[in-house]
Amino acid sequence: MLAQTLYDKLWADHCVLKGEDGLDLIYIDRQLLHEVTSPQAFEGLGLENRKPFRLDANLAVPDHNVPTTGREEAITDPIAALQLKTLQDNCDKYDIPFISMSDQRQGIVHVIGPEQGATLPGTTIVCGDSHTATHGAFGALAFGIGTSEVELVLASQCLRQKKMRNMRIQVDGSLAPGVTAKDLILYIIGQIGTDGGTGCAIEFCGQAIEELSIEGRMTVCNMAIEAGARVGLVAVDSKTIDYFRGKPFAPKNDVWDLAVNEWEKLKSDPGAGFDADIKFNAEDIAPQVSYGTSPEMVVDIDSTIPTQSDFDDVTKQDQLSNAMKYMDLQEGMPVKDIQLDKVFIGSCTNSRIEDLRDAATIVANKSLAKNIKLALIVPGSGLVKEQAESEGLDKIFIAAGFEWREPGCSMCLAMNDDRLDAGEHCASTSNRNFEGRQGQGGRTHLVSPVMAAAAGIYGHFVDVRDLLEVTDASV
Amino acid sequence: MQAFKTLEAVVAPLDRANVDTDAIIPKQFLKSIKRTGFGAYLFDEWRFLDAGSLDKQPDDRQLNPDFILNQACYSDAEILITKKNFGCGSSREHAPWALADYGFKVIIAPSFADIFYNNCFKNGVLVIQLSEQKVDELIEHCLANPGCAWKVDLEQQQIELDNGELLEFDIEAARREHLLQGLDDIGLTLQHEQLIKDYETKRRQSKPWLYDAIKP
Repeated sequence: MLAQTLYDKLWADHCVLKGEDGLDLIYIDRQLLHEVTSPQAFEGLGLENRKPFRLDANLAVPDHNVPTTGREEAITDPIAALQLKTLQDNCDKYDIPFISMSDQRQGIVHVIGPEQGATLPGTTIVCGDSHTATHGAFGALAFGIGTSEVELVLASQCLRQKKMRNMRIQVDGSLAPGVTAKDLILYIIGQIGTDGGTGCAIEFCGQAIEELSIEGRMTVCNMAIEAGARVGLVAVDSKTIDYFRGKPFAPKNDVWDLAVNEWEKLKSDPGAGFDADIKFNAEDIAPQVSYGTSPEMVVDIDSTIPTQSDFDDVTKQDQLSNAMKYMDLQEGMPVKDIQLDKVFIGSCTNSRIEDLRDAATIVANKSLAKNIKLALIVPGSGLVKEQAESEGLDKIFIAAGFEWREPGCSMCLAMNDDRLDAGEHCASTSNRNFEGRQGQGGRTHLVSPVMAAAAGIYGHFVDVRDLLEVTDASV
Repeated sequence: MQAFKTLEAVVAPLDRANVDTDAIIPKQFLKSIKRTGFGAYLFDEWRFLDAGSLDKQPDDRQLNPDFILNQACYSDAEILITKKNFGCGSSREHAPWALADYGFKVIIAPSFADIFYNNCFKNGVLVIQLSEQKVDELIEHCLANPGCAWKVDLEQQQIELDNGELLEFDIEAARREHLLQGLDDIGLTLQHEQLIKDYETKRRQSKPWLYDAIKP
């Protein structure tokens, strides 16, 4: 049999019908639902008198629009309250498994999927959210879809899809101390561009990827979409399998052994063909800071914002001019000189326990700089929050002046009250620095959790590698 | 879904690359649980000078005179031409809903983000890819001839420019058929219901851990 990539294997395993017209019928094992992209899908289902094809394939949780503070009180925004109630009502009506806002397990859909074992290796996972790519870290074929497709999956458990091309990104060598999974993926996006992976499923491999924790691999796959790829993938290894031991919805006992036997096959065959093959060296990667309004606009921490003459391409020159105007920054200035107003540590990219532990290492026994008006820590889920509190991380953050919040998407997209005011610069561990993303007129700088924490302490960006040399902290 | 066959309409040029779905429809409007009414907030932070919200009507707001769609000659535009990687970022289908609701039926660019591309076809919006060089040329042409109108023929896969030039475009056969006939995706997929059920029965046997595991 022909050597197959991991993506080829996942596709073949889920192909119900090969379409003569180029669109295959693909079976979906799991659909994650949240309040923003599902109401119109449920409405469509109801209008046609259709029922969900399969109930136990779904898991719903509110995350995008939930408040991160004052949860005991009623939500003051009536439009947000209606959207949250609509999710609950739809789940009640159709009997869809639902985790409510008051449940300890509530959190960002891409954090709780794996945490509960709803995400499993070898599955197809969809959600009306582009960061569904996150789940590819477990050798699952996971991608974001629109609301019409949410409805289609509810109604038929299938999608009609065109197979993507195979891209492999190999990262050799080891990341230096202080350089994280977030820096790795920002660096890759900076190199290949926000459309570098368009039309592709990217498999990440190589020593640096193998050495990453499961949380780190999730961060990398999460931002595959920021490189244009709907799908990011990492092959299954012993870390993947260990992660699912004891997770509530994961298999147990004899069935566990059966599953592990299947999961161990989830890797690309030697000699499998990729349509595109790109290699990087982890030793070339420094902590990254985004300076513009697209995730590809990143530079090393010890570097300066590019100038027009750094680009040959008129489109890139225009993009730089637009970004400098929006961000109120100057070409050629050192990124360390950018003055900051807010810090956000959270989002489906960086809100897991490892992220909070890393940030706490930097923050311990220090205080926020005077120019920082607000610094938020928003754990990815109630269980992450509980774990962090059991380790005393909340006390470290609060003592330094950070606010310790309830789980949700929060200031990553600022649908709730957590947002930037016009003109404010924010060191953010989220995934998008688009105009207005964190609040109209707000200016986002994408960084890792340790870089965001350090920026909060110093009031501007600093090279965390220098801090490590001074304190010898292990990050 | 409404079928698409031909369209003759004014073209609006948006001379910008990497336009993301946050720019197409900002997050404050995603709180709506409806599919309609998003056109009023299309490109909200570029079209208006004041901050928008779902309870504000466009008539009560301050238009940004510098934004191209606010020029009178584009008030009836139904074709949008723009630069590469249009629709990147968030998967929100609210983006094509807003474009369609505003009146755009055709979008032309050198490339589109994958999820956005899919979402457009689900809403009867024809998305056409042309080469980067051609698009640059066409945007310049539009800027020099503001308010020019083109004719798009999906059956012939052809665009006729205002100067008579004919451009051919490629489109996947399946998507072309869907648009031409206005087919309902769910109905089409459920024609294979028995096949899906058979697949599921086999999967339940070979991978039992994927079934009856998630409980409320």
